[in-house]
Amino acid sequence: MANVTLRDVRKTYAGGVEAIKGISLEVGDGQFCVLVGPSGCGKSTLLRMIAGLETITGGEIDIGERVVNNIEPADRDIAMVFQNYALYPHMSVYNNMAYGLRNRGMPKAAIDKRVRDAAQTLEIGALLDRKPRQLSGGQRQRVAMGRAIVRQPKVFLFDEPLSNLDAKLRIAMRVEIRKLQRRLRTTSVYVTHDQLEAMTLADILVVMNGGVVEQIGKPIEIYRRPETTFVASFIGAPPMNLLSLGSPSIGGVSGLPAAAGVVGVRPEDLSFGGSGAPSGGLALDLQVEAVERIGAETFVYGHHANAGEILVRVPGEAAPPIGEAVTAVAPRAKLHVFTGDGRRRIDI
Amino acid sequence: MQKQSFFQSPLLPFLLIAPQVTIVLVFFYWPAIQAVWQSFLLQDAFGLSTTFVGFENYVHLLHEPGYFDAIVRTFAFSAMIALLSLSIALLLAVMADKPMRAGGIYRTLLIWPYAVAPAVAGVLWIFMLHPSLGVLARGLRALGIDWNPLLNGDHAAILVIAAATWKQISYNFLFFLAGLQSIPRSIIEAAAIDGAGPTRRFWTVVFPLLSPTVFFLIVVNIVYAFFDTFGIIDATTGGGPSKATETLVYKVYLDGLLGGNLGSSAAQSVILMVIVIALTAIQFRYVERKVTY
Repeated sequence: MANVTLRDVRKTYAGGVEAIKGISLEVGDGQFCVLVGPSGCGKSTLLRMIAGLETITGGEIDIGERVVNNIEPADRDIAMVFQNYALYPHMSVYNNMAYGLRNRGMPKAAIDKRVRDAAQTLEIGALLDRKPRQLSGGQRQRVAMGRAIVRQPKVFLFDEPLSNLDAKLRIAMRVEIRKLQRRLRTTSVYVTHDQLEAMTLADILVVMNGGVVEQIGKPIEIYRRPETTFVASFIGAPPMNLLSLGSPSIGGVSGLPAAAGVVGVRPEDLSFGGSGAPSGGLALDLQVEAVERIGAETFVYGHHANAGEILVRVPGEAAPPIGEAVTAVAPRAKLHVFTGDGRRRIDI
Repeated sequence: MQKQSFFQSPLLPFLLIAPQVTIVLVFFYWPAIQAVWQSFLLQDAFGLSTTFVGFENYVHLLHEPGYFDAIVRTFAFSAMIALLSLSIALLLAVMADKPMRAGGIYRTLLIWPYAVAPAVAGVLWIFMLHPSLGVLARGLRALGIDWNPLLNGDHAAILVIAAATWKQISYNFLFFLAGLQSIPRSIIEAAAIDGAGPTRRFWTVVFPLLSPTVFFLIVVNIVYAFFDTFGIIDATTGGGPSKATETLVYKVYLDGLLGGNLGSSAAQSVILMVIVIALTAIQFRYVERKVTY
């Protein structure tokens, strides 16, 4: 059980490229922290710095009240699940899980008990004698998890562990990882580029972009109140519609502060609301260009004369026909207003 | 989908592989058959008459103490050369695999000796170890060792093994480096997190993953030590002193070409052929199948 604390952590590569530009973060004991961002944002680098696989150029990383900057990966009391699982191909499943315990000189009987307990938890008891190449992707994933949990470390680190699985298995494993983490109550840091994984797994969500943290918070808080246009467009699927407030004015929203430059509205907050805008709200005159029906809901792609493409998400199957002129409206409370550069949220 | 070609004429496929088959027959099977046939013949001292003697050449050979010595010597040389060149090459490859300044130059330099011809390699080593000219020989004498590969059989053997090993290190290095670089980085990292120090990591993870390369190289190195050391031996010791560096291949050359005993020489070639076939069979049957993980 341990906290993970990052204080102004920086990473500069030998070539002068700054991958991590000063990140501070506090992950409480037993919490599940997800780092999310587009590829190249530095999230994997940050995780590898926590693991000790990358050196730390500046700042401090604490694991369980102990500064680990100069401590070897083996002595940080962490376990990591890699994207490609990194199982030892020449060892059986049993030996893959036992390897870390043997290296630490644990007695044979204790190793056996731990491995069998973990195998039972992960339902891989029947696979213990197999080699990794005889396993399916999902089974390998479980073995990689098993190798992490037998060690009973202070912290679990996950580096996009589900990205090599097919969509159905990914959802099943996602739920399983969450259940397992709840049960073991082990502090976890999880890296993903999938915002759905991020939303569903996280106690604390960290949205990263270009080596900096854009926003830290509970997933639903971040969804409700994105602090920057980057977060607004990255969290939530389909992404938020962002409209530049130039002249000519768009949508008839009035009474905005002078600093306001961008208005965002989520597709699910727009509706085809008969006549006129709600007071102070948004009304967009659209030409319907495409309709996607996925059963429980329908995505309507409309074209606005000044703002370009606008996406509206409506429940059920009812949607206006293609080519029709419609008005999409949203109440004022559902609007997100940002400064012109998109770096700051403005409350209205 | 079934991938199979159909030919209009049943003759065409044979015609298409004919060039390849011809080359194999003329350059591989014909000489081999000639050697087998020669090994059953005996010529008189002036080469005027040839008689068929059956297995007499083989019987003579196996009763000749010198031949048995040559077999033992050849296997000993092979084992030493394979062991030394493999372990030195592995050590160098592990060190060259680490990220470092000018690593590319270092790796290139290590590969260069492979381009040196065996005879030239032999000459280089005799220059260093010649009893009266050699730079290293002076040093050895300064240390009180009466170094003389021209008179001392053990010293001659050391000279040949050193030259042959040096020559083969580059080849092994290249394969080991490729083998090391094909091990996924994350597996090594996983082992590091699993608490294995560098040495333990090497013996429990890296080396087992390299084992297919190791077994392949063992066979290649033994074959190399059997045959390609000819040039080195010829340039340095000429099989001497008093046969101390006379390997099976060198004996074939001495007996057949210099001694004029074609029958015995042919019989020796056939025995060598059998050894190589056996080695190749081991490689294909045992190594390629069983050394996987």
